Amino acid sequence: MNAPAEPAGDVAYAAASGLLGSFWLLVAIPLASAAVLLLLGRRADRWGHWLGVAAIGASFVLGLTYFFQLRGLENKSAELSLWDFIAVGDLHVDFGLLFDPLAAVFVLLITGVGFLIHLYAVEYMAHDEGRRRFFAYFNLFVAAMLLLVLGNNYVMLYFGWEGVGLASYLLISFWYGRPSAATAGKKAFLMNRVGDAGLAIGIFIMFATLGTTQYDEVFNGVGSLTGTTVLVLGLLLLLGAAGKSGQFPLQAWLPDAMEGPTPVSALIHAATMVTAGVYLIARSNPVFSANSTLQLVVVSVGALTLLLGCIIGAAKDDIKRVLAWSTVSQIGYMFLGVGLGGGAYALAIIHLLAHGFFKANMFLGAGSVMHGMNDQVDIRRFGGLSKYMKVTWITFMMGWLAIIGLPPLSGYFSKEPIIVAAFTRDDWTAWLFGGAALLGAGLTAFYMTRLFVLTFHGPKRWTEDIEHPHESPKLMTIPLILLAIGSVVAGGLMVWNDGLASWLTPVLGEAGEEHHAVLSHTVITILSLVVTIAGAGLAWSLFRNGTATEPQPAGVLVTAARRNLYTDAFNEAVFEKPGIFLTRALVFLDNRGIDGLVNGLAAAVGGGSGRLRRLQTGFVRSYATSILTGALLVVAAFLAVQAGWLA
Amino acid sequence: MTELKLPSIDYAALAPILIMLGAALLGVLVEAFVPRRHRHLVQLSLGLLAVLAALVMVIFNADDRLITAGGALAVDGPTLFLQGAILVLAAMSLLLIGERSVERGGAFVAQAAVTAESVEDRRQAEGSNGATEVYPLASFAIGGMLIFVAANDLLTMFIALEVFSLPLYLLCALARRRRLLSQEAAMKYFLLGAYASAFFLFGVALVYGFTSGIPGRPAGVDFATIHAAVGESPASQVLLFAGMALLSIGLLFKAAAAPFHVWTPDVYQGAPTPVTGFMAACTKVAAFGALLRVFHVAFAGAAWDFTPVLGAVAVLTMLVGAVLAVTQTDIKRLLAYSSIANAGYLLVGVLAPSRDGLAGTMFYLAAYGFSVLAAFAVVTLVRDADGEATHLSRWAGLGKRSPFFAAVFTFILLAFAGIPLTSGFMSKFAVFAPALDADQAWLVVAGVLTSMVLAFPYLRVVVMMWLSEPGESTPTVTVPGGLTSAALMIGVLATLVLGVVPGPLLDLANGAAEFVR
Repeated sequence: MNAPAEPAGDVAYAAASGLLGSFWLLVAIPLASAAVLLLLGRRADRWGHWLGVAAIGASFVLGLTYFFQLRGLENKSAELSLWDFIAVGDLHVDFGLLFDPLAAVFVLLITGVGFLIHLYAVEYMAHDEGRRRFFAYFNLFVAAMLLLVLGNNYVMLYFGWEGVGLASYLLISFWYGRPSAATAGKKAFLMNRVGDAGLAIGIFIMFATLGTTQYDEVFNGVGSLTGTTVLVLGLLLLLGAAGKSGQFPLQAWLPDAMEGPTPVSALIHAATMVTAGVYLIARSNPVFSANSTLQLVVVSVGALTLLLGCIIGAAKDDIKRVLAWSTVSQIGYMFLGVGLGGGAYALAIIHLLAHGFFKANMFLGAGSVMHGMNDQVDIRRFGGLSKYMKVTWITFMMGWLAIIGLPPLSGYFSKEPIIVAAFTRDDWTAWLFGGAALLGAGLTAFYMTRLFVLTFHGPKRWTEDIEHPHESPKLMTIPLILLAIGSVVAGGLMVWNDGLASWLTPVLGEAGEEHHAVLSHTVITILSLVVTIAGAGLAWSLFRNGTATEPQPAGVLVTAARRNLYTDAFNEAVFEKPGIFLTRALVFLDNRGIDGLVNGLAAAVGGGSGRLRRLQTGFVRSYATSILTGALLVVAAFLAVQAGWLA
Repeated sequence: MTELKLPSIDYAALAPILIMLGAALLGVLVEAFVPRRHRHLVQLSLGLLAVLAALVMVIFNADDRLITAGGALAVDGPTLFLQGAILVLAAMSLLLIGERSVERGGAFVAQAAVTAESVEDRRQAEGSNGATEVYPLASFAIGGMLIFVAANDLLTMFIALEVFSLPLYLLCALARRRRLLSQEAAMKYFLLGAYASAFFLFGVALVYGFTSGIPGRPAGVDFATIHAAVGESPASQVLLFAGMALLSIGLLFKAAAAPFHVWTPDVYQGAPTPVTGFMAACTKVAAFGALLRVFHVAFAGAAWDFTPVLGAVAVLTMLVGAVLAVTQTDIKRLLAYSSIANAGYLLVGVLAPSRDGLAGTMFYLAAYGFSVLAAFAVVTLVRDADGEATHLSRWAGLGKRSPFFAAVFTFILLAFAGIPLTSGFMSKFAVFAPALDADQAWLVVAGVLTSMVLAFPYLRVVVMMWLSEPGESTPTVTVPGGLTSAALMIGVLATLVLGVVPGPLLDLANGAAEFVR
């Protein structure tokens, strides 16, 4: 097992100075743009989308500038305290931001890939009446995500976290007229709430035990906490992370989130939202590194989810759902990485960035396919599109080759080290997690090849209404091309000379000395290439000639996979049913028990009132009697008191 | 006790009382000499002017802390605060009494023997502006109340009691509508009032007996003498306690505390609504002013002994008021029981023997007076062809017919229920907190529990007004004339302001919360 990398015993951030003093603009620009678009309403319909694109573009340019500024800094951090956000008693929360290497790479990913997706969406949403509203939400989404990664304390992170949740809800159910979209939005929101509650309680624990939520103070104070506190805190943070990142057991919302317009899926899966969980764990690395049980849980969640995603992805026919489950699976790899700790933190971040490129590439590619195929999403009804959509085909191929980890494309450089790291554990768990990662690589190759082949090659299985699929306009293909280039080269560039890993060292700590894996590096590399090629080859041979246009009866495993490995049924049985039962029981208890008690009391009061009322006869004589009785009682009482006094 | 030059009378300090009584006498002359058609305006102006002048004098005297008129009257902080409260509330009451635009001839009738709506009645209503005798009567009552809260011996207190009670009995009988009910109410009030006065007077006699026999000090019923006697009198303690009991019965009767509350619902229902408001606000202030003085000044030495008894009375009062309010079907009776329950809460404040307790009670009296007058002002407006529609079923759906007045009344009811941001919350807090400090938690518990019970009838009215569909018989709210509007506005604003920024009035009460002996 890796020795927990010591992230510099005392974490300290330098105050922002010079040009970096203005990095709050990164958040402010998209936010202002979103506000303008929402407030101006229809008046901004004609140019609103360009404002949205420009806002993200400006943020990206600024992000690049700040990035280069940061490179020149000694301390590699810039902290900005804008104002005292909450000051109640001992409780102080800054509205503060932090720009450091980890935040910087996230900013570049979010704004860079986000910009390309925005550009693509201009054309994709061209015929939608709500394009301006769409771009307002889009900008809000990016702004919230930027706030999430730029906050210098957990409350700021939580702000962004909730903002992302809100924006994703608005975007997933963007076509709220469709019941499925509205339901999907609600599902995403509710499942996120579960995670959010975990994160919120985690933050409360920080308040209670450390009295602060500032990153530096929390990380420096972790050592003073008991093991149990750290475990509970970490598990709660993990729950939050699992909710946002679609990890087991909160993964079910992510595939349903495909109900939103395709650029939304791309943004959720590549640039924002799902990466938030990985960011949270990477950012909180001092917490997670402090408890090995915690790390084991994270690794287990990652390994389980990556297999779950692969298996289900292999059985799905909806092009976007396959990609969605592939995201679940890839994020699983990242969780595996951050769970392994030490040098693997950086590996997870590298995979996250690489994934950002190729997943955005493929989602937008899928959108391009749908654009040309009358919004058809069933890969059983595609086939042979390579001839008609050359650009989409080539760019998608780059994404495909990248994700299955073919050298020298991105995925190879980012995923393969994680597989190696998974084998680098001291005990038998090396075999377990390493094996899972390896198996996942093979399955990934299988289902992605299936997707690619069924879509672009083999016989045409189109529905009758399609005669001649067309390539998408330039505004959509240019982002595709740029992302494809990213898919090809990003991975190699990032690992070049350990560039990114060493860049992240101030945040994630030293890699620590190299532990030798249970298998040699070379063997693992060869193995992973073998399973990848085997998976891809199997898929190619199976689907080269197309497939039935309808799902065929299949074996137990495929049926299970088609039904999401019964995870929905599991959720239904374990959470939904008991939840509904609990609600009903509570309603029953409330109606019969509490209301009964209250009503009983009320009835007693009412009855007593009715009876007492009869004493109010209206006759002066009975009133006088009442007064006399009262008078006698009062006099007697006084005299009784007095008698006691005398005695 | 300080040396007093017996004949010295500080006329400036007594000016508010003299002004009110003078105005009342002048009012009698106005009745005799001013032509009928001018009388109403003259009387109303005279009454309001007198109240304002008296109020100005109270403010002018604000720093007085003295005993004058041969020890009969004490002009000190509580006196001035309560006199001020009575005068402000009386001004609002006069506005309500003076309203003539809601009903021809106002709520009062001069010749009660004439059948309502008969030809003579109509002719009378056309010919006159209603009974203008109400103004001198009200002025006498106000003057009596001003004396009552200043009285520094039991005889003065008794005289003041009669001075303000007798006009009230008459005022109760003058309702234009439902005359028999009104006259019956007045009769009951008079008989029971006389009955209670007898208790009071008997108590005075017993206490006088108790004070005799102290070496070097003549017997007397001034509070300084009683205070001294409580500690050192050789006479039997039975005299003291029996006397104290009988005295408190007379006062508790006026304060409408159980079991001496029996007259309240009938009289509140039967009396003309402006008079009911006047009684609920001003009589309450006067009665509790006297209770405070008697128990904080004269019998302070026996606090350990009267607290449990009066505490039991307070709890019983709260219970009776709250529980009986639940089944009321008439808005005026509902408000009467609410007034009874409030007497219980006020007693809690009386039994908190601290400066805060005294200040809290005085704050409560003022705040409650504003709210209850506003409530009765709304009651005068909800009417149909037969006058005020006081049966609760008639208020169903009022929110749809007249959202503004329903909202105003809802706000007042919420204040009664003690919802924060209303004066009701602040005043309950102001009496309960000192009671807790004085280790009277049982009173506070009873207070909070009965408040919960009492919230039900209030909210029931709110629910009826807003959530029921207006029926055929739902009356409309008459557009109020300027006078009622002014009174209503003052009451509602005070209820709101005292709930949001109670600080100034609480400070004022706190600064005034010290008796002179």
